[in-house]
Amino acid sequence: MGKTLYEKIWNDHLIHADESQASIIYVDRHLMHEVTSPQAFEALRVKGRKVRCTSKTFAVMDHNVPTRAKDLSFADAISRKQMETLATNCHDFGIKLFDFMHPDQGVIHIIGPELGITLPGMVIVCGDSHTATHGAFGSLAFGIGTSEVEHVLATQTLQQKKSKTMLLKIDGNLSKGVTAKDIILYVIGKIGTDGATGYVIEYAGSAITALSMEGRMTICNMSIEAGARAGMIAPDEKTFHYLKGRDFSPKVQDWDKAVAYWKTLQSDSDAKFDKVLSMDASKIRPQVTWGTSPEQVVAVDESVPDPKDFVEPVKQEAARKALTYMGLTPGTPMTSIKADIVFIGSCTNGRIEDFRAAAEIIKGKKVAKHVQSLAVCGSGRVKRQAEKEGLDKIFKEAGFEWREAGCSMCLAMNEDRAAAGARCISTSNRNFEGRQGKDSRSHLVSPQMAAIAAIEGHIADIREYI
Amino acid sequence: MEPFSIHSGIVVPIDRANIDTDAIVPKQFLKKVERTGFGKHLFHDWRYLNDDENKANPDFILNNPAYQGATILLARDNFGCGSSREHAPWALADFGFKVIIAPSFADIFYNNCSRNGLLLVRLSTKDVDELFPFASKGDGAKITADLPRQKIIAPHGKEYPFTIDSFVKECLVKGLDAIGWTEQFTKKIDSFEKKLKQEKPWI
Repeated sequence: MGKTLYEKIWNDHLIHADESQASIIYVDRHLMHEVTSPQAFEALRVKGRKVRCTSKTFAVMDHNVPTRAKDLSFADAISRKQMETLATNCHDFGIKLFDFMHPDQGVIHIIGPELGITLPGMVIVCGDSHTATHGAFGSLAFGIGTSEVEHVLATQTLQQKKSKTMLLKIDGNLSKGVTAKDIILYVIGKIGTDGATGYVIEYAGSAITALSMEGRMTICNMSIEAGARAGMIAPDEKTFHYLKGRDFSPKVQDWDKAVAYWKTLQSDSDAKFDKVLSMDASKIRPQVTWGTSPEQVVAVDESVPDPKDFVEPVKQEAARKALTYMGLTPGTPMTSIKADIVFIGSCTNGRIEDFRAAAEIIKGKKVAKHVQSLAVCGSGRVKRQAEKEGLDKIFKEAGFEWREAGCSMCLAMNEDRAAAGARCISTSNRNFEGRQGKDSRSHLVSPQMAAIAAIEGHIADIREYI
Repeated sequence: MEPFSIHSGIVVPIDRANIDTDAIVPKQFLKKVERTGFGKHLFHDWRYLNDDENKANPDFILNNPAYQGATILLARDNFGCGSSREHAPWALADFGFKVIIAPSFADIFYNNCSRNGLLLVRLSTKDVDELFPFASKGDGAKITADLPRQKIIAPHGKEYPFTIDSFVKECLVKGLDAIGWTEQFTKKIDSFEKKLKQEKPWI
């Protein structure tokens, strides 16, 4: 019987197979940042262990970094200490670090692919749940905890139980104004935040293959919001083209051999998945979340739902709690919800394509007076490219703050925070209570939808403006 | 890691689905470089009325005197979803929790808890529904988690069997050091790397 893409990568990395217990798989790339790594290094020191493969380990500062300027004095003392700790750890253990001042510094899930650190067929881990992003290249990529970070540092392997496999086939053409972000929000709305718990999702179908690499990354990025261990998309010519010539991509002498291997990374036609779902891309409208879980999402031309509309009592109660927190009443049209802040950035939507798309909407227009708007590039490279194309001018002239790279208001660990009660129309990935600042309210959308909300001062239906 | 066998304790219910790790421990507490001291920040936004954590929110169940000393948490679906932060299990364990019972848990959170000696028990929604009234009474009801026998024992004696991955069970019962366990396969890792270098030199 044929094998799925996941099974092929799994088999290629098995060190010790024990399906009844835990298998051990090899890790090709270990990505790190300052927040989830210090305790792992400390444990290595205490136990006198070394880092097994420094050449396969890459670190960056992203969660805590200030975005106002390349100036650490904007960071609080405790954030600075965490960044300094990462620098010391990388120095002591011999790990490549993209520190705050490095020109290619940025969000780990943005710089991995753009530097060619992320490659098809790899097992990639990072102490961060959005590691699923890298699955867009046909790799098996997932988030781990700090104890597992320590385990990978010491052994370059992980103990894992094989996941179940889900094929999510999305065919058809996307309507105007509908993006990869809308696809994934729609999927999460359909299957729920635990709809894929225990599974690795393979996204396939004409709507997926039609996406750019950036769009595919947006899709895989939010797999975790559906509970999946990982999300992946089989590599194709688009993938190979994206990777060719990047800093850490295979060199000329290895390139053809690598591509030949990558071409085998497809689910066989007779492969059996544990679950198969199909969706029609043409039915997807621009999406916007109304609650405090990514599954609490509707199309922009719908209204805030009534908790009574939900069948399960647990979902009804969750909806009631969410509406209280969000300060919304059932029946309110989504397009009448006011914006206080607009945030464009994050590992979900902080890539060049996202800024190009948003710039197209705001060009020659002004951000509504009452709205604070932030454009935070995902990396130094994204920022330089955007500036080369003159996008920074478009954003600045419209009234956006044009910021340095970092995680910023996606999780509000640095000083970029939404105030209590403030409503943030955000291209990030989580609308949890307090995620973007204590008692702040998040509505997740695509970059285009965020851009038009900034101009109009409220959530708006992008289809009416393009 | 301390071995886990049988534990009896006061059970506290949090009647809410999709409790995420941002709620368990918010981001402002992730800046520490140590592994300890997270218990006081557990459920910060719900538990305190102010940032300094000296004004307890009387409406939050962990502040109810009836549940002081609780060591077992009863929750709803998809507990621990969201961020992979291990600070969440560190906070739960540091606060004193030993066992969490829910119909389902998020994947990464489940692994992180197992690595920290916390027993996560998946029971059916029906079983969890049955346990909620006991937990909600606030009379200091204790339940027992018997890991070797894989049973939760309610205050009135009813037993609820649960399944658990045999390796996770072994790690918890023995308090196993995961890295130490993997190191028995070092030779296999060595030969895997040798082969990798020949076959896929770009990695």
